[in-house]
Amino acid sequence: MDNITKKLMQRSESTRKDTFGRVVSLTALILIGVVVVAIFAFVLSRGLSTFFKDGVNVKDFLFGTTWNPSVTNPATKQPYVGALPMIIGSFLVTFLAAIVATPFAIGTALFMTEIAQKRGAKIMQPIIELLVGIPSVVYGFIGLTVVVPFIRTITSGSGFGILSGTIVLFVMILPTITSMTVDTLKSVPRYYRESALAIGATRWQMIYKVILRAATPGIMTAIVFGMARAFGEALAVQMVIGNAALMPTGLTTPASTLTSVLTMGIGNTVMGSLQNDVLWTLAMILLLMSLVFNLIVRAIGRRGAMK
Amino acid sequence: MNAKTADKIATGVIYAISSIVALILFAMLGFILVRGVPHLSWHFLTSPARAFEAGGGIGIQLFNSFYLLILAMLISFPIALGAAIYLNEYAQKNRFTAIIRTAIEILSSLPSVVVGLFGFLLFVVQFKLGFSILSGAIALTLFNLPLLTRSIETSLAQIPDLQREAGAALGLSRWETVLHVILPAAVPSIVTGVVLSAGRVFGEAAALIYTAGQSAPALNFADWNPFNISSPLNPMRPAETLAVHIWKINSEGIMPDLNAVSAGASAVLIIVVLLFNFSARKLGMKLYKKLTSA
Amino acid sequence: MSKSYRGPIVCTIVAVAVAAAFGTAYAMRDKSASNTSITAVGSTALQPLVEAAGEEYAKDNLGTFINVQGGGTGTGLSQVSQGAVDIGNSDVFAEEKEGINAKKLVDHQVAVVGIAPLLNKKNGIKNLTTKQLTAVFTGKVTNWKEVGGNDQKIVIINRAAGSGTRATFEKWGLHGAQSIEAQEQDSSGMVRSIVATTPGAISYAAFGYIDNSVVAGSVNGIKPTKQNVVAGKYAIWSYEHVYTNGTPTKPVAQFLKYLTSKKIQSTLVPKLGYISIHDMKISRDVNGQVTKK
Repeated sequence: MDNITKKLMQRSESTRKDTFGRVVSLTALILIGVVVVAIFAFVLSRGLSTFFKDGVNVKDFLFGTTWNPSVTNPATKQPYVGALPMIIGSFLVTFLAAIVATPFAIGTALFMTEIAQKRGAKIMQPIIELLVGIPSVVYGFIGLTVVVPFIRTITSGSGFGILSGTIVLFVMILPTITSMTVDTLKSVPRYYRESALAIGATRWQMIYKVILRAATPGIMTAIVFGMARAFGEALAVQMVIGNAALMPTGLTTPASTLTSVLTMGIGNTVMGSLQNDVLWTLAMILLLMSLVFNLIVRAIGRRGAMK
Repeated sequence: MNAKTADKIATGVIYAISSIVALILFAMLGFILVRGVPHLSWHFLTSPARAFEAGGGIGIQLFNSFYLLILAMLISFPIALGAAIYLNEYAQKNRFTAIIRTAIEILSSLPSVVVGLFGFLLFVVQFKLGFSILSGAIALTLFNLPLLTRSIETSLAQIPDLQREAGAALGLSRWETVLHVILPAAVPSIVTGVVLSAGRVFGEAAALIYTAGQSAPALNFADWNPFNISSPLNPMRPAETLAVHIWKINSEGIMPDLNAVSAGASAVLIIVVLLFNFSARKLGMKLYKKLTSA
Repeated sequence: MSKSYRGPIVCTIVAVAVAAAFGTAYAMRDKSASNTSITAVGSTALQPLVEAAGEEYAKDNLGTFINVQGGGTGTGLSQVSQGAVDIGNSDVFAEEKEGINAKKLVDHQVAVVGIAPLLNKKNGIKNLTTKQLTAVFTGKVTNWKEVGGNDQKIVIINRAAGSGTRATFEKWGLHGAQSIEAQEQDSSGMVRSIVATTPGAISYAAFGYIDNSVVAGSVNGIKPTKQNVVAGKYAIWSYEHVYTNGTPTKPVAQFLKYLTSKKIQSTLVPKLGYISIHDMKISRDVNGQVTKK
């Protein structure tokens, strides 16, 4: 009897194992959390010192249009650190790339899920995955040897600029948006399709009036993810955008993005100096933007879920 | 316009769009391969790079890429697996899980330059690991973790709850169910996910420039003792990978056959990524057949 | 029961085996080989020279390992002044870089690099005065016909802000004037190919990158050649610096001596497009004061 009581009172072998598993897996998860917090703390502490240590005005930084950190403005005794040209450049290439990529992504996704399920998936799935797998250095290389000279021959400029950046980013984010759109389309319940077809809708009417409506939150999420990727892309964009920290005046004049200025300058500046701090502030903006993109995704998800 | 015509037009447009996407990929692959493959030779693949003379190869860079990939995978896979298991099997829908999920999403959309610089200041400078394979592997881990975690979690989520219920009905604890029922069933798609993410890690450059470094010292391939500095296995030596090499020679290269080397190296990079993709597909299918037939 | 213990037992055996293998490897390691390791970080322009010299040096001095990294002049100087690395490679005098305490650093000049204006062939320009050059780069002239060339809009291509090439060019080519904001490229090869293919383009690069796809412009009628730099006629050039934190340690000093030795200066240095430090008939200090040797 005693033995049985003991067995019943004790935690069973299974419970112990379960606790073990829970602890192990939770540790792994927390490790990731710690890493993210560390990166945040680190970039924030560096990035904010522009404002606290070097005394740069936040407004001047965000809305100033002249970027030349090594030169001091004689009027204000502050260096020229207006980051607006890069912020606008980043948003411009991101939005343009997303605008171009979205119809292509939705079309391809529809092809894979609605029009030619079997064949479409068989041909397009590997293509999409391959596009994801192509390294960004190679994208930059192609952009430089094909896209830039092409733009140069059809327009008057040097070929470097927002337009080239957009084209390269379009191809880079296409697979991201496509594969996430495919997932959403697949999750639209089958009976939606069947009911639409049963009341006499053509395939296009079914797609347009039912499936795309039902999948809108998911597609929006996919687009935002694509934009997040475009926003953070560095090497490929840097190779084709021309890197001129000027307010963009046209699509074919050289411009710059947050990432391109960051990668170009970080090696040439001295740690702890103002020129270096402002670059970390740019990195901080990148980080905060990826946070914003995530919040947008979350908000979309919540609205979609409520319906 | 009547509905039938609209349907036909829309179908046509969708076909056209998909063909354009396919065309873009094939054009890019064709461009890289046609330009690069003629430069490939056994000599090119095995000999060390030369800074300022023609006739250099990419042997050391190629080895470094693989070694770094393996180390990064060894570090990131267990962590990603654990995190994915927790997220999919244990986590409740509460604030903590939501925050962690957001953290993972943010990590995945983090520009890899930022990851690289973080790695540089923390591991290379602060922890005194220097420009080394180890620093590079940790930076790659940071870059790889969110992708891998998400792909493993998706694989686990695809296993129907029926399996979990069956496990519970047999009196297995949740951990035992995961270990003996869920994981084996998910292996094929986990493997596919791992190999696909390996492809991305293989091509990553921005995170490595400031961590694994941009130089590839000569190695002694007869010496496999990881504690010797010229041994290929030494994790503390600087190691330029193939992707970094392409970036470097395109920006500061001065060898006369620069275009040939960069085209050839790009082709090798693409071929390896292609191989990863195909083998992921093949391996996943094979494992699936093997595990489901028994 | 026996089955459930199999896992842990296998794990233990594997762990012990791995540990044993590492232990043996550690015990058997080549003790003589990992004696000294010198780490150099900095300028990407200087990296190939130090790297190539380091390889040669390691061949003659077994047991010394020279580890050379790029990362940029700023990184090199800040790392060496923090003592994180042995050598900081730089394209500029440490005094010229903001945020560096140059007093702690010891300068070793290992080579000279000349920088030439590069022009597109269609510009119709072969020579520019410093005044014209300044006018072009500060945006006062926007068409080549205003300085005697063809009717062609001027397209300026700059190097990355803070890079050594740009600092040198602005200091000696533009008399310290700041170039207007224009597109920037951070590599010499790229700059050359853009200039070669873009009508109206002007940029600048080290002598080593001059070829017949572009026009290397004379400045004040003086051709950008090694002879003119050496004799002090052509002003747009700079030293390549290797900095150490305080007096170099013995192995580092030995390597630096090797870098400036006749052997390296007469073979590697010209091969990489630099001018040997020994050929210079003049010397120039950080304030631009030129003295005859």
